[in-house]
Order: sequence, then structure tokens, then C-alpha cells
Amino acid sequence: MKELDYPFDAKQLLRKRKAIKKSLTENNETKLPLRMAVLGGSTTNDVVDMLELFLLNNSIAPVFYQSEYGRFWEDAVFENRELDLFQPEIIYVHTTNRNIDQWPSAGVDKEIADKLAMHQMEKYSIMLDALTEKYHCPIIQNNFEPPAYRLIGNRSVMVPDGRVHFVNQMNILLNDYASSHSNIYINDIAYLAADLGLYHWYDSFAWYMYKYAMSLEAIPFLGFSVSNIVKSIYGKNKKVMALDLDNTLWGGVIGDDGVEGIVVGNETSKGQIYIEFQQYIKELQNRGVLLGVISKNDESNAMEGLNHPAMVLHPDDFVSIHANWEPKSINLEQMAKEINLVPDSFVFVDDNPAEREIVRASILNCGVPEIGEAENYIRILDHCGYFEQSSFSDDDLARNKMYKENAQRNSLRSKYANYEDYLRGLEMKAEISSFESIYVDRIAQLTNKSNQYNLTTRRFSRNEIEQMMLDPTYITLYGKLLDRFGDNGVVSVAIGEKKDNNLEIILWLMSCRVLKRDMEYAMMDSLVECCKGQGIENIIGMYIPTAKNAMVKDFYQLQGFLQIGEQTDGSTKWELKVSDYISKNRVITINQ
Amino acid sequence: MTKEEIINRLQPVFRDVFDDRRIKVNQNTNANDIIGWDSLTHIQLLAATEDEFSIKFAVEDVASLKNVGELVDIILKTIEKN
Repeated sequence: MKELDYPFDAKQLLRKRKAIKKSLTENNETKLPLRMAVLGGSTTNDVVDMLELFLLNNSIAPVFYQSEYGRFWEDAVFENRELDLFQPEIIYVHTTNRNIDQWPSAGVDKEIADKLAMHQMEKYSIMLDALTEKYHCPIIQNNFEPPAYRLIGNRSVMVPDGRVHFVNQMNILLNDYASSHSNIYINDIAYLAADLGLYHWYDSFAWYMYKYAMSLEAIPFLGFSVSNIVKSIYGKNKKVMALDLDNTLWGGVIGDDGVEGIVVGNETSKGQIYIEFQQYIKELQNRGVLLGVISKNDESNAMEGLNHPAMVLHPDDFVSIHANWEPKSINLEQMAKEINLVPDSFVFVDDNPAEREIVRASILNCGVPEIGEAENYIRILDHCGYFEQSSFSDDDLARNKMYKENAQRNSLRSKYANYEDYLRGLEMKAEISSFESIYVDRIAQLTNKSNQYNLTTRRFSRNEIEQMMLDPTYITLYGKLLDRFGDNGVVSVAIGEKKDNNLEIILWLMSCRVLKRDMEYAMMDSLVECCKGQGIENIIGMYIPTAKNAMVKDFYQLQGFLQIGEQTDGSTKWELKVSDYISKNRVITINQ
Repeated sequence: MTKEEIINRLQPVFRDVFDDRRIKVNQNTNANDIIGWDSLTHIQLLAATEDEFSIKFAVEDVASLKNVGELVDIILKTIEKN
């Protein structure tokens, strides 16, 4: 559920938890049952509620045991029939620095402070040993977050009687214990609290009123963190990252800007963003994540970009490269078959919300992060927790309960019955009109850069464009496309020259960003309407082939034109009787 | 803001927390009137109310509320304080 993807709205999760839980439990999905004991050093109810939502979202159906308030230690160490009968398969110990029994007092030296830390640690090791011996299961243990106050300020981090120093000591001791006990997993609330900011982590109101050791808004993040550890233990990490190229691995659109025009490299701020993002991805690959490319580009363009000298990632870093114009959901399904993994083990990384929507709607449980702006790609991807590591190798304890993925499962359970429904779902609106001064710059840019979706590849200077704009012997059209996700700006340009009762199309181009959206049909609707209004009987179109525009070879045929000529160089001539025109646009609202 | 307006804004909060579109609240509504309104959901109600009105309650104000009417009074008081 998108609501439970990072970055989530913590307050909404708290407020709407009942409805969200209902939605997750009633989705007919097979879930892994899991008996989870939560032993609290402070109030755990909301923690359990949030944990439950995130686990359900990971196809795990938990049943919980909660200790009586604050009795985490007693529940673990003393005989506990209730917990025995519950037979926990996994245990979460919810302690915080509120549970530190004894802080070093003012002025104690290092020896005494160390003894104090070890004594405190012993309390935890006794508890963890007891739990392990009785239940032989994974145990998730919170470490300690920075203290709410320091008393002496900055020096607290350094001196033996400093509280910050003491917490750091405790965490080192906990790490040592966890390193030598393979069933112990540290939930790093020190990092979590830093991530949220101690200002947002601590809430006196929540402590004094309800004995929550952290603010209520912190609790969803806490639940998310624990759920990431759990899902990792049960083999539910994602395994592959399928990456887009344009504006994801580099700045710009290679089909429009060319390989010299894409922005990647350390010379510019923008280029640096993409270099660091690629470095981050490379690091993930070093830790076992597979990489793939799914890009709407001609293969030659995609490869040119991937071979750009500044790139950190190269073609051979990817187990599969799909560069074509088919829907990305189909590509992902095919890629999954190629590499023998289920589609829901994928993370789909794409800057385009429309692409994310079709993958999210078509492929159940595929990771589709809302990555936002390029400078935030790393932060968001990292926080999503898709690749949470829980061991260096397979965990024997978990293998017994490993959820067997059903390779035959039909993963294209599409939210949309067909592609046209998807297009309708985009709620596209087009603004199509004759050239206007405010768009002349953009029109000139498109005219001089577009190579692929360009019927004649004629170049016009800004002056020429302005002249044609004012000259009644020309019909000019620009097309701007808006959809549910935002404004794509001016994406298409057409210019026709009137000759008697005919209109000759001398320029027709479109940005590849909006391919397969039926924008060309909307443009033709407008052109035909213009022609009707001016008494034009026939529209003539030319296709002039170049090395880059093979994709529009059949453009006029698809528009319902009849071919009337062909030359040895491959160029073709087409004609449409305006009165015979049938509109093919069913999904774009024009000029409303 | 009037007490009427506050109650109108509290209604969706209650409906969300209890996941029940049929709930109608008035000044006299208390925990006896809504199934599932216990000490745990009470915490959720207070938190969601703070969020709804962009306010933060003080411990002394909400430690003992008897009904929605008293909550409305505290909301007004807290809004004025802020």
C-alpha cells in the first residue's frame, strides 16, 4: 500500500490505522503467519499497532503477545507460562534509555563508569540468554538513543560520567553481544532518533500521560524499522533494482538531448547528483542487489548513454537492459522471467510518476518508491529499506519458515483492464492552439532538437518561427500536455503551409517523453478542425527518413492518411481528405 | 472558531479513529457511547485531534476529560493560548 511506503505520513497512519488494517487483511493475499512477542520497557500498544500494519504490508500476518507494562525483563527471565504457551517465533524487546537503571553520577572515573555499563549490559545479556534458551528464535533488541538532556553540554560525549558517553558505551556492548549471538538483531533507535531529530523523537507529554518513551509520531517510523528487520529475516527483501535512464541515472532525455547533452559528471551540481546516485547503486550491487534497465528509448540511444565516459554504472553492471517503447510493466514482467525471479522481488526506480503508476497498478507488491527530486533519490531509496541486511548468509532459523514464492502466480493483476483505461486514468488535458509568443522559445528548442519523433526534421530559426506565427498562409499548432501528475509543458509542434485548398505539413514533431499517450491524435484532431474552419479540403504529409526517425515511418498511416507517393530515398507522401477524417483520440480532453 | 465548528471537525476524526462512518458526536458524547472507546483509542483521539487543529495539549488540560464537550472547551482554550 502506497500509504505505508516511505516517506509515509505518520500522523495519518496513526489516525487511520483501523481502515488501513482492514484494507490489508481483506486483500485476499496469502500471508505468512507469525507469532511475535513484544516485551516492553515502556508502553507498547501503538508500537504493536504500527508494527502490525507494516508487517501486513509485507505479507506477514502477526499475532502478538505483549508483556505487562514495563515487565520486559521479568517476562523474559522468570517462569512465564503465558509466553511459553504463546510459543513466540520472534521476539522484539522494546527498551530505550528510559530503561537504564543507573546512570553514572557526577564525577565518577572511567573505571566505575565502565563497571556500571557492564553491569547494565549484564542485565540485558541475562535476559537475552534466557529468551534464547527458552524459545530459540530471532530476537530484535533496541539499542539506546541519545539522552534527552546532557547536563554538561558537549563534554557529555567524552567524559566517563557523561550521559551521552554512557549511552555510546552501552551501544558498543550491545553490538559486541549481537555480533557473537547470531539470533540477536539490533534495532538501531539511536540512528532512528537522529534521523527524526531528538526534537521530534522526544515528547514529554507522551511520557507523562501514557508512558510512551517516544512521541506518537515517532512510533510509525519505529514500527517500520522493526518490520524491515522482520521481513529481511523471512527472506522478503527485494532482490533486483530495475532502473530508468533519463532523469534517473542521468539528467536530461537522451533521445532529445543527445549523448553530449545529458547531464552526468562531477563538473556540475546536477551532474554530481547522478554520479553519487550511481555510486550508491553500485554499492548496493556490491552487496548482492541485481541491476536492470527499463528505459523508453531506442536501444542505440540507451547504450550510447550507458557508455558515456562519466558514468559509474556500465552496460555490464546490468543483468538485463530493456530499451524500447513498450509499457514498462510488460518489460518488468519479461525481465523477471529472464532472470528467474518473481516480479515482486523488484524495485522499480523511475522519476516519472506516470510510469510508476502503471507498474504499481500492474505488479502486486513490486517496490515503487516515490523518489521525488534527484537530490533526494539516495535518501528516499535508502530509507525504504528494500535491502535490509539481516545476516551475512542465509539464516538457518528463518529458512524453516521461509515463505515459498509462487513462481506461477499471475503477477500482472492489473488495476486497469487495458492500456486505454490506464491512459484515461492519467486524466490528460491538452492545450492545443496556434503558436503564441510565450511559447516561441520552447517551440524553437523542440524544432531544433527533436530527432526521433520528427516527420521532416526541418529546422527553423526563432525568427522564421515568429514569422510563420503571424503569416496567414501557415497554420501553426503547439500542443501542451497536462496529466494527473503535472504539466509536461509544450510537447508537440506542427506547421502546415496552405497551397490552394490543400495544407502541406512541413513540420510535425513530438517529445519522446509523451510517447504512446495518443497526443498525436489529439494534435491531428485540432489540425483537422483548423482546416475545416479555413475551407481546406486535403492535408498532405511527408515522411523524410533519417538515421533517427524510423519510429514515425507509419505515422501518417496510423493517422488514417493514404499513401500517394514514394521515392528511392525512402521518403513517402501521404494524403487525407479532411471530410473523411475520423478522430482516434479517446483519452485526451482538448482545450477545456 | 465556534464550538459548532469544532464538533464538525471532530466528527471525521472520530470516524477515522474508529473506522465507522456512522458515528455522530455531540457535546455529551463520552466513552460509554462508542464501542471501542477505551484508554488506548482515547490516546489516538487526542493525538489525531492535536493534528487536526494543529495544537498541542498540556498534560493538566486533558488528564481528565469527561465528554466531547469538555474536549471542545480544551481545544478552544488551547487554540487561544497558541
